[in-house]
Amino acid sequence: MPMTEQATGAHHPQPRARSGGQQPAAVEHVTGAQSLIRSLEEVGCDTVFGIPGGAILPAYDPMMDSTKVRHILVRHEQGAGHAATGYAQATGKVGVCMATSGPGATNLVTPIADAHMDSVPLVAITGQVSSKAIGTDAFQEADIVGITMPITKHNFLVTKAEDIPRTIAEAFHIAATGRPGPVLVDIAKDALQAQTTFSWPPAMDLPGYRPVTKPHAKQIREAAKLIVQAKRPVLYVGGGVMKSGATAELKVLAELTGIPVTTTLMALGSFPDTHPLHVGMPGMHGAVTAVTALQKADLLIALGTRFDDRVTGKLDSFAPHAKVIHADIDPAEIGKNKPVDVPIVGDAREVIADLVQAVQAEHTEGNAGDYTAWWKDLNRWRETYPLGYDLPEDGMLSPQQVIERIGQLAPQGTVYAAGVGQHQMWASHFVNYEEPRTWLNSGGAGTMGYAVPAAMGAKVGMPDRTVWAIDGDGCFQMTNQELVTCTLNNIPIKVAIINNGALGMVRQWQTLFYNQRYSSTVLHADDTGHDAVGSQLGESTAPRQGTRVPDFVKLSEAMGCVALRCEDPADLDKVIAEANAINDRPVVVDFIVHEDAMVWPMVAAGTSNDEVMAARGVRPDFGDNEDD
Amino acid sequence: MSKHTLSVLVENTPGILARIAALFSRRGFNIDSLAVGVTEHPDISRITIVVNVEDLPLEQVTKQLNKLVNVLKIVELEPGSAIQRELVLVKVRADNETRSQIVEIVQLFRAKTVDVSPEAVTIEATGGADKLEAMLKMLEPFGIKELVQSGTIAIGRGGRSITDRSLRALDRSA
Repeated sequence: MPMTEQATGAHHPQPRARSGGQQPAAVEHVTGAQSLIRSLEEVGCDTVFGIPGGAILPAYDPMMDSTKVRHILVRHEQGAGHAATGYAQATGKVGVCMATSGPGATNLVTPIADAHMDSVPLVAITGQVSSKAIGTDAFQEADIVGITMPITKHNFLVTKAEDIPRTIAEAFHIAATGRPGPVLVDIAKDALQAQTTFSWPPAMDLPGYRPVTKPHAKQIREAAKLIVQAKRPVLYVGGGVMKSGATAELKVLAELTGIPVTTTLMALGSFPDTHPLHVGMPGMHGAVTAVTALQKADLLIALGTRFDDRVTGKLDSFAPHAKVIHADIDPAEIGKNKPVDVPIVGDAREVIADLVQAVQAEHTEGNAGDYTAWWKDLNRWRETYPLGYDLPEDGMLSPQQVIERIGQLAPQGTVYAAGVGQHQMWASHFVNYEEPRTWLNSGGAGTMGYAVPAAMGAKVGMPDRTVWAIDGDGCFQMTNQELVTCTLNNIPIKVAIINNGALGMVRQWQTLFYNQRYSSTVLHADDTGHDAVGSQLGESTAPRQGTRVPDFVKLSEAMGCVALRCEDPADLDKVIAEANAINDRPVVVDFIVHEDAMVWPMVAAGTSNDEVMAARGVRPDFGDNEDD
Repeated sequence: MSKHTLSVLVENTPGILARIAALFSRRGFNIDSLAVGVTEHPDISRITIVVNVEDLPLEQVTKQLNKLVNVLKIVELEPGSAIQRELVLVKVRADNETRSQIVEIVQLFRAKTVDVSPEAVTIEATGGADKLEAMLKMLEPFGIKELVQSGTIAIGRGGRSITDRSLRALDRSA
């Protein structure tokens, strides 16, 4: 299902019936649970990640008979949610997860919040206690509709069997159209057990849901005018471009105009990293050139992006000289954080396609932008401040080097899923993303533990692709149990643990802002082999050897994976090649890396992007401040 | 800061009030008053919300409200082109000496006496916030024993109806 699918007829769109045709199929006499599974089949759901339990149990019986829907039994509901997200991010289809009432449902809260922040189309189906027991504090009762109200695009409580097919159709429609997002459907157990009838497609009833996808022609013309008049324009591209499938259109627009492109953390891969017009990722850990380009720009062309604080830094000093064209499918994002000169509400793909035409029209009239001087500046910054890293003096593995080599040795089309922290930022820097949907990460929520289950979901959705999870030793300890799911369900993902023995990003902040007092960021045992004792450990100067408790090799082997360890830079390529060669089982590689490596460049939290530091103590000198 | 009156037409579904109230609190907007009731169409409820915000956050709150799937339409009613009313029930201490003075005030404000007992008078009054405030100020010296106020409700002046188009949308989907 394409995400850009227009709300046909706007007021009462019909779901696409997989069987085709306008005639509703013959009425079937079924239970509510059977109608749920039939509905999932009809909306084109092929995979459900979940765990059964009391209230959802009726649904699992007909699930067993479905030949179209594959259920993957995970080891924790959080894994089901992130797996569904990874599946959705890699394929562009709606991801589906399922859990029982109470704790099953509340374990989905984190992945639902995560999907909400990153606008991922997700349908979460939860069992609820019987309708008569709702509100009585029954066993395993939780008001999951109330709990997830602020973290879903919409949610439903279904208490009647006959409402199940329509609700499922509406849930998938809402999740996938407009600005995508998670939708939760909570179904009372008695509704699943009751007898009902099933026919497809049901009539959807969503009079208040009318996403606007077609941009306003006048605004497009205004935008094109600004584009050809600007001297220092930047295309500030966000995840919406990826989600609308506008990669090809973006390339045309960029090449037509010659405007530099920055892709945010959520947009990596929507424009090829190696393209000469690409100046990098902006933001707190963005490339100096990308950060500076936005600061010095006289025009931002913001496409499917939301001026997140991790991109803008201190808001009132962000892009101070720039006029702003802001196109987004969500009207509420336009002008939310930064005043806008040309607001455009619409689907990124249609917006960009229309912009291309409008700019061409300007060119025909002889109005083309001249950005020669701008590119002279940009190229100078690019040459002076490229992304880079120093190798550790003690001969240990450098985490950046590990990630860079994984990217260089992986087959074309490899999908990467990262956790959250230093390794995530290094993976955004040192792997080249050339295609859309090859970089999955938790951008808005910053959910540690995202990588392993998301990689699992991506591999299920894209079984022919190599999928590498780039994880940290902290993140890995949060969700690694899904490797059991991978082993038992033949989902051969690869996991690189960037093992520095610490909660590295927090440690980096402690290094920079808390006088090297490493309170509770130490994950490894102390020098004498005793248990880690948290805050007292930061004092030691002895070299660290990564987290050894647990022993990630033994742990991974116990979960049925092939497990490798790499500690010596001389072995790096050999170990990665070995991991790449194994495709019948999940592989985990424990890379023991230096703990003091830091993520640069960096804009300290709450400061202006003008204060970007290329490396510790290195403030770039742009030498052209006279025009500021 | 200034007061704005929003008329929000919503599908009459369970939980809609919770969704709206939660959105206001989550995004940090304060509700001055809120009144809910069904419209001429049984499937549509109308929520009148008075908020005290600057123009820019008002735009944001309106856009966020519009994103709620059960919200059909939002109209801001300007004081000049709309009629706004609140209802007040107030129990005022009264004895043989003060009762007639109180009744005089009631008449001045075209309010109604709805209950009388030896030690109190209960008054019903409707009107704009200014009028009711003025009346309560007059009653205060006698001793207000109990006060209950409704949220503001509002309707635009003239022949046009804000529900027309939403009703048509709802009929089509039915």
